[in-house]
Amino acid sequence: MTTVDVAAGQAVAGRQAQFRSCPFTGLRVDLAAQKLIIANAVAAVIFLAVGGLFGLLVALTRWPAVHLLPAELFYLVLTGHGANVLLFWIIFFEIAVLYFASAVLLNSRLATPKLGWLAFILMVVGAVMANVAVLQGDSTVMFTSYPPMKAAPHFYLGLILFAVGALVGVGIFFATLVIAKEERTYEGSIPLVTFGALTAAIIAVYTIASGAIILIPTFLWSVGLIGTIDPLMYKVVWWGMGHASQQINVSAHVALWYAIAALTVGAQPLSEKVSRTAFFLYILFLQLASAHHLLVEPGISSEWKIFNTSYAMYLAVLGSMIHGLTVPGSIEAAQRRNGFTKGAFEWLRKAPWGNPAFAGMFLSLVMFGFIGGISGVVLGTEQINLLMHNTLYVPGHFHGTVVAGTTLAFMAATYLVLPLIFQREVAFPRLAKIQPYLFGIGAAGISLFMMGAGTLGIPRRHWDMTLADASMPYEFSAAAFLMMGLNGVFAVLAALGGIIYIVVVVASALGGKKVDASRPAWQFPVTSAAGANVAKYGSHGTVKLPGTIILVGVFFVAFMLYYYVNWKYLSAVWPLR
Amino acid sequence: MSKNEASSDAPENIPFMQRVLDSPFLLLFLGVTIPTVFYTLWGVMEIASIPIAK
Repeated sequence: MTTVDVAAGQAVAGRQAQFRSCPFTGLRVDLAAQKLIIANAVAAVIFLAVGGLFGLLVALTRWPAVHLLPAELFYLVLTGHGANVLLFWIIFFEIAVLYFASAVLLNSRLATPKLGWLAFILMVVGAVMANVAVLQGDSTVMFTSYPPMKAAPHFYLGLILFAVGALVGVGIFFATLVIAKEERTYEGSIPLVTFGALTAAIIAVYTIASGAIILIPTFLWSVGLIGTIDPLMYKVVWWGMGHASQQINVSAHVALWYAIAALTVGAQPLSEKVSRTAFFLYILFLQLASAHHLLVEPGISSEWKIFNTSYAMYLAVLGSMIHGLTVPGSIEAAQRRNGFTKGAFEWLRKAPWGNPAFAGMFLSLVMFGFIGGISGVVLGTEQINLLMHNTLYVPGHFHGTVVAGTTLAFMAATYLVLPLIFQREVAFPRLAKIQPYLFGIGAAGISLFMMGAGTLGIPRRHWDMTLADASMPYEFSAAAFLMMGLNGVFAVLAALGGIIYIVVVVASALGGKKVDASRPAWQFPVTSAAGANVAKYGSHGTVKLPGTIILVGVFFVAFMLYYYVNWKYLSAVWPLR
Repeated sequence: MSKNEASSDAPENIPFMQRVLDSPFLLLFLGVTIPTVFYTLWGVMEIASIPIAK
């Protein structure tokens, strides 16, 4: 027996939409949207596999005892790693999230599925073209591709095609919002998860526009039609894409935290107003944090640097801290409603830790806050940024946000996408259960040890930390070598988690059993009111959250101590005597 | 929908901030304009105004 019934086609303006009714959530799923979600999710996983392999090679080369690759190959692989995991994996998955959050959560048809396929093809062609350029060996310019380093023209062209495809996908999301409102497929305001996806889509428009503004002239420069590209001008505009693209991630994965909490434990937002205000702060200020990459650049004023980081960025951080309270708070409220009321933490102890969707989501929440979030504020403060600017601390920070935060959240969401959208049971459930822990612990180790090595002065991107061929030799401390060895060990652990994820997803998608709503043995079930919780506007409306308040208190203490330690460290670097 | 419910949904009864947050294209305008002005344009103008070395 299958778990779904394909509803009769519904005549709508423009096309004949076909829906099925999801037996688990009660949501109406446009089959055209479903196909596009599956296609984008599959492409995302393929590029994650490629980028993850490159990442493992990078870590094994940075591991001093292994030092796997020669310099030329290391920088080639580093370029491929950045493009595949920071752009292709993430943005393919985000397009899938946008289609899900608009068409599925709003019970609507997807706008212009044919354009959606055009967007998908553009993105695939662009991503493959950029990968080919990198593997050919004449585009080893790393993710940032700063001029005067010049890549092959098809590297830039690939990125431009990918960006155009992504922009079309974002446009379809906005068009679907309009259709859903016109056709009254939902009542009142859009659900919070859709609002989070809207935040991601808005940031994506600015991100892609910045990319187009800088990559099109860079492409023309690479084919000889433009004489020079000003390196500083390039850096300012490029980081409008390079860092803002990671802010799309933040908005998307926070939206998924709310979605997974709703689907797995029945959580509702504590307060729609408060959570929406936090997303609104993202819309207004989050992109401005791009400036933290330019805090040591001469030629840009302190006013520009300090406004964009130490003022505007803190307002975006306020948004993240609100989510850091309201996501675990909504889980606690739901668990208490579910009967786990003893003490401050029974709700947490008896949470569904065996469900990889929940486990991955909660680990992502904790690690994004404690590792990626706190280190991001430190990097965004002009004075203490000087301690670790352009050191390995920077990749340590963004592995805390993009790997431990976003990637783990996307992996967690996959365990719900497989049964609800692919309509397949999760294959190898025992492996799936341990996957978020393996990957999460590995990602946390990578982040922390790179941050530690960076604090000890190890530069980012350098192939050889012994600086054996340097004209001015320098010897880093033994502790720094230990940090890089541990970074390698934890990278292997994360790679193992990544391989398990790929195996489980491929096996489920290609050979998994069709889900059956009547079969009680479904391994990772959603709650009975999942559809109502995830797809409706509404607040839980409680503030009795002792466990969450304690957790947030621990976070603030850690935040303040780490912030203070860095100022103390700065004072030791430049003592006033 | 009852008459009372219908009247409570009237635009004049919806709080200002909720109307703002219910307007995706206003949010899109704000989310693109603010970083464009404060990050991109301001940054580009500063660089463009750096004197050229002689």
